[in-house]
Amino acid sequence: MAEPRPAEAWWPMFRALVGTGLACALLIVGSYELTREPIAANRDARLRAAIDAVLPATAAVVSYRRLPDGRLQRLDALTSGDDVVHAGFDADGRVTGFAYEGRGPGYQDSIEVLLGHDPRSQRIVGLAVLASRETPGLGDRIRDDPAFHAGFRDLDVRLDASGEALAHAVALARPGRQRRAWQIDGISGATVSSRAVARIVGEAAARWAPLLGSALERVEEPR
Amino acid sequence: MSSGDDFVKGLWRENPVLAMLLGMCPTLAVTNSAANGLAMGLATAGVLAVSGLFVSATRRVVPRAVRVATWILVIATLVTAVDYLLQAAAPDVHRRLGAFVSLIVVNCLILGRAEAFASRNAVPAAVLDGAGMGAGFTLALLAIGSVREVLGSGTWFGLAVLPDGFARFAVMLLPAGGFLTLAAWLLAVNALRTRRRAGTAPEGLAR
Repeated sequence: MAEPRPAEAWWPMFRALVGTGLACALLIVGSYELTREPIAANRDARLRAAIDAVLPATAAVVSYRRLPDGRLQRLDALTSGDDVVHAGFDADGRVTGFAYEGRGPGYQDSIEVLLGHDPRSQRIVGLAVLASRETPGLGDRIRDDPAFHAGFRDLDVRLDASGEALAHAVALARPGRQRRAWQIDGISGATVSSRAVARIVGEAAARWAPLLGSALERVEEPR
Repeated sequence: MSSGDDFVKGLWRENPVLAMLLGMCPTLAVTNSAANGLAMGLATAGVLAVSGLFVSATRRVVPRAVRVATWILVIATLVTAVDYLLQAAAPDVHRRLGAFVSLIVVNCLILGRAEAFASRNAVPAAVLDGAGMGAGFTLALLAIGSVREVLGSGTWFGLAVLPDGFARFAVMLLPAGGFLTLAAWLLAVNALRTRRRAGTAPEGLAR
């Protein structure tokens, strides 16, 4: 009835697995603690660089979280997220505009953008692509095509009479027609990606524009 | 086998990519630029050398029945540490490599060396073997990444090397370019091997 060598069989295995597990846990916690601050600093620096790119002349930034009742809650640190808007201030403490994220499906994978929005002129004033895996040489030109980006430096996102929705949907200009203020010239050879960016921009602007008109007086420059 | 050979064999004779065809997934996926290939190769080499050290040092303590489980645990831990270090030291590289850093865990090259070499040899030999295989892997990824970047983007490590008038082959940056470049390198390396073997053959067998 006796099991063959029970004590010898389980103890070395137990020792090897538990010992390795403990050592690995220590190593993971150690490397996490060691790299946590540089990783957070890298993330903030990247977000800040994108905000500076979409809101010209910005000297300081404060992040606000949008609460379910529409109020804006001031956050202590630069934070990213779908419900976060960044207020930019110039050197004199005036609001340069608001930056917020938008995301949606592209041709390959999801595209993430950061938009600069000036509620005084009700216009998008800048676009930065945060993440995209579009086709190299074709769709990935949405990152840096100068003519495409020029279209996002002065893009009409005026609200309609109700104040709840955009007066005109953001869209690609029709080929051969005069471009309207709420339209963008797409990139030839990257029609699907251009259209995806236009849709993402339109959706994000529609989500934030009704709130930002009254946000100008509600945000305070950094203390 | 001399200790020098433990390192050198991974560079050419038993090169993981060009001779053994191991680790094909990162080889094809992240080599669209020389810098990406180099970073992926170095990350893998680091994991390979340290896991070789662990596997060899514990080869008499860890029972055979649980050896793969402990190795996986150690390899996954090392990869997680490398992942954090890359995020902290080179966030742009980390973003370009994406999920492929985490996928080093399941790179067959690492478990392959643990089973085939590190678990049967002393610590110094195991570390040299891991470092040599890692260096060979890095060289191969760098070679593939260089060709793809020069032909696909006209640059090498971000420096322009082709005139503006030269039409870029966008296909080289796409997955297909990985297969084409790997095939071209395998062709070149095998042609060289065949010629060398013919050259060193005994008198009577040579043409």
